[in-house]
Amino acid sequence: MTRIPEFHAAKWNEPVVMEMGRPGARGQLFPAPEDEVTKAVGTDLIPHAMVRKDRAELPEITEFEAQRHYLHLSQMTLGMMGISLFGTCTMKYNSKTAEYATLRPEVAELHPYQHPDTLQGVLEIIHDFDCMLRSLSGMDQFIFQAGGGADAAYTMTAVARAYWQDRGMLGQRTEMVTSAQSHPCNPATAAAAGFKVVNLPLEENGYPSLEALKAAVSDKTALIMLNNPDDMGIYNPEIKEWVKVAKEAGALCFYDHANFNGVMGKLSARELGFDACMFMLHKTFGAPKAGGGPAVGAYGCTDELAPYLPCPLIVQDGARYVLDEDRPKSCGKVREFWGNVPQVVKAYAWARSMGAEGIQLASDISVVANNYMDKKLAEIPGLEISNPSIDLWRMEMTRWSLGPLTEATGVTTVDFANRMADYGIDPYWMSHEPWIVAEPFTPEAGELWSKEDIDTWIGVIAQIAEEARTNPELVKTAPHNQAIAQVKGDVFEDPAKWAMTWRAHVRKSGLQDKANGAA
Amino acid sequence: MRIGLIVNPNSGLGGAVGLKGTDGPDTVAEALRRGATPQAGLRTRTALELLSRRVPKATLFSAPGRLGADWAMGLPLDLRLSRQRSLTGAGYDTQQAVLDLPPVDVIVFAGGDGTARDVMSVIPEGAAILGIPCGVKMHSGVFAVTPSATGSMMADLLSNQDRIEWQNEAEIMDIDEAGLRAGVIAPRLYGLARTPVSRTLMQAAKGGPRMNSASALAAAAAGVVRDMTAETLYVIGPGTSAGAVMTATGHRPTTLGVDALLNGEMVAQDTDALGLNRLAQDRPVGIVLGVTGQQGFLLGRGNQQIDANIIRRAGRGGLIILATEEKLAALAQPCLFVDTGDLELDAELGGFIRVRTGEAREMMMRVTSC
Repeated sequence: MTRIPEFHAAKWNEPVVMEMGRPGARGQLFPAPEDEVTKAVGTDLIPHAMVRKDRAELPEITEFEAQRHYLHLSQMTLGMMGISLFGTCTMKYNSKTAEYATLRPEVAELHPYQHPDTLQGVLEIIHDFDCMLRSLSGMDQFIFQAGGGADAAYTMTAVARAYWQDRGMLGQRTEMVTSAQSHPCNPATAAAAGFKVVNLPLEENGYPSLEALKAAVSDKTALIMLNNPDDMGIYNPEIKEWVKVAKEAGALCFYDHANFNGVMGKLSARELGFDACMFMLHKTFGAPKAGGGPAVGAYGCTDELAPYLPCPLIVQDGARYVLDEDRPKSCGKVREFWGNVPQVVKAYAWARSMGAEGIQLASDISVVANNYMDKKLAEIPGLEISNPSIDLWRMEMTRWSLGPLTEATGVTTVDFANRMADYGIDPYWMSHEPWIVAEPFTPEAGELWSKEDIDTWIGVIAQIAEEARTNPELVKTAPHNQAIAQVKGDVFEDPAKWAMTWRAHVRKSGLQDKANGAA
Repeated sequence: MRIGLIVNPNSGLGGAVGLKGTDGPDTVAEALRRGATPQAGLRTRTALELLSRRVPKATLFSAPGRLGADWAMGLPLDLRLSRQRSLTGAGYDTQQAVLDLPPVDVIVFAGGDGTARDVMSVIPEGAAILGIPCGVKMHSGVFAVTPSATGSMMADLLSNQDRIEWQNEAEIMDIDEAGLRAGVIAPRLYGLARTPVSRTLMQAAKGGPRMNSASALAAAAAGVVRDMTAETLYVIGPGTSAGAVMTATGHRPTTLGVDALLNGEMVAQDTDALGLNRLAQDRPVGIVLGVTGQQGFLLGRGNQQIDANIIRRAGRGGLIILATEEKLAALAQPCLFVDTGDLELDAELGGFIRVRTGEAREMMMRVTSC
């Protein structure tokens, strides 16, 4: 019998930090400089034009109070260390060893404007990691400038623009073709780059038909953007033929490896015929994501597309590594400098610690774990697998439906996710939009979690399904054991309400400035 | 928020006994003769049980007996009933029950498309309708997914309106039953209604502001207008999707009928095949079409005014199709059907075609004959 976690979050009724403290409170009190110091360096170290006239609007609290406040806030979260089988995100533990490596001064204190002679170590790491990704994908060159997966997809559209511009055909090649279930950043970035988006619907096999692709591509097609498997977990076995059809129409082919975990080490984008691909270092390659740190979308392409890559490229020149900025056909920059270097270092550490065999094994484990989950979830009444008529093993994640449960009890997937937090389990990922499966959820076990953790997760799902049948109101009004009850989603859609800064909050809420000590 | 409740106790009778629908007292009698058991009341009770669990003592305005009160018996609800009337067993009962209600904001009805039409025909201006799905045919956009979902939505209407969004142009569709029994599915648009829909709460983790389907449609329509050429006759089919193109040109669409545009001017309103052919003369023709929900009909259902001759004039390349991605995703089969009455033309229209789903956004859809 699986142990169902019992849990209750802390709840602190504290105001936001800007509303705390008292005039004069400080974190540290610094002594005034001694005379001889003043004499040596002067008193006006900051140029007059740069001295601010008003005082910074900061809360006046002690260091201890600040620590306590943030401890309390952290107690009101699930801490990102729970069992989070958040599909499409490939949740992995971010090793502290890798974290500490990036805190070392050799990484932490670098500046991209340093002379490259003083940057050889970090440039070597980036270049070595580039070579590892080349061997995983068959591509000829990677860059790490993009600040996330969507940014890397955007890099593809920028490269495609430059490629067609260079051939004088940008006015003709105006369309991007993709699957209706592709990574949503594919159509989004293509649209942002000015391409028309042509979607292909999923058909009986769980992926779009080759016939639809053939009807969609033409001499107007600039590129196709695909991921395989998509979020349903079904691998499109016709992928080589797809690339062939697109190539025959002259289009560029981009493989979005957002769902790489189930195929890593098993296939190469280049061998399938693709011109370019993208990896998310903050997903597959063990670097932190979201609240844990900035992201990196590693974009790789063939030599044919390399001239159009954003600058600079980090290339080997004899025994040295140099930053190659002299690339006249480059599409420009998608982001500053060379990307989020500490994340690259963490991904490099992950890849080195895994090794080629480890990466192969991890992909096997993630597929096995998912199929174990599929079997166990199928035993819970009210749950239904997507494309139930397709009798194929799913890859590293599977789209599931709570449709039958919702029909019987009125409990929706949103209610269900809210209730999960009551057991200290991170609410699951539902689905990208539009929902083509009723009341969807999409778990992805990956290679990290133990069988015990996965069983706990499934046990909680079974428990909530039972609650939905016996006491639906309990689920519909969840969470009950959390610091905050139901969140009203509409504020996320109302720019007049959301605020990312204190200043915006004060302006939008019409509050007078209540921060203590403000001038 | 005041909610009215009207039950069509005969709704759905025809389904289990193979009658394809239950429109009219004769069909009801035939269904009962064939051994059908009434389901609408029990489904209403399922919805009311859920409502009473979530909002005990909820006030509902309803009719006495089988048109309402019977199905709430014993539940902790506060029912305010209108007067007793003798029943005819026809749609008239539903209409009279709606007329007898005091002013309400939402009329919840238990029934199918036929009941939806009856309710809509007498509903006061501004009131919304919401269906407990009980009928054999349910192609209108006013039904919740299940009886429990309806009950849940009634609870949200009374106690948690943040969970509700309002849709002002839900399509009331119905299918001719006699035709259906003969194997012909011919959905027709009867009107537009205001209806509450459950707001799908976004997950903040990956979500941004969502594109709502009305603005996606408006953007697609604006794109159609931008691409229009002078001296081409644009035939605008029925429905809100095609109608969005009329709106984008500053005209008011007929919605239930077929309009025509020429050089940005409306040259025909609610016209027919003869009118369209006369207007077309030697001009190139473009046909703006929507897709019927669930069945995915493109031509030959509810828009027969657009005849084979006009379709041939426009050709495959002259078909301009608009639909939201949500609507396409919800089709029973991932394809669009044509039935122009001309088999050769149907065959020519077959294969994949582009459907405009938003600003510079299209979906490839398979077109096939019925």
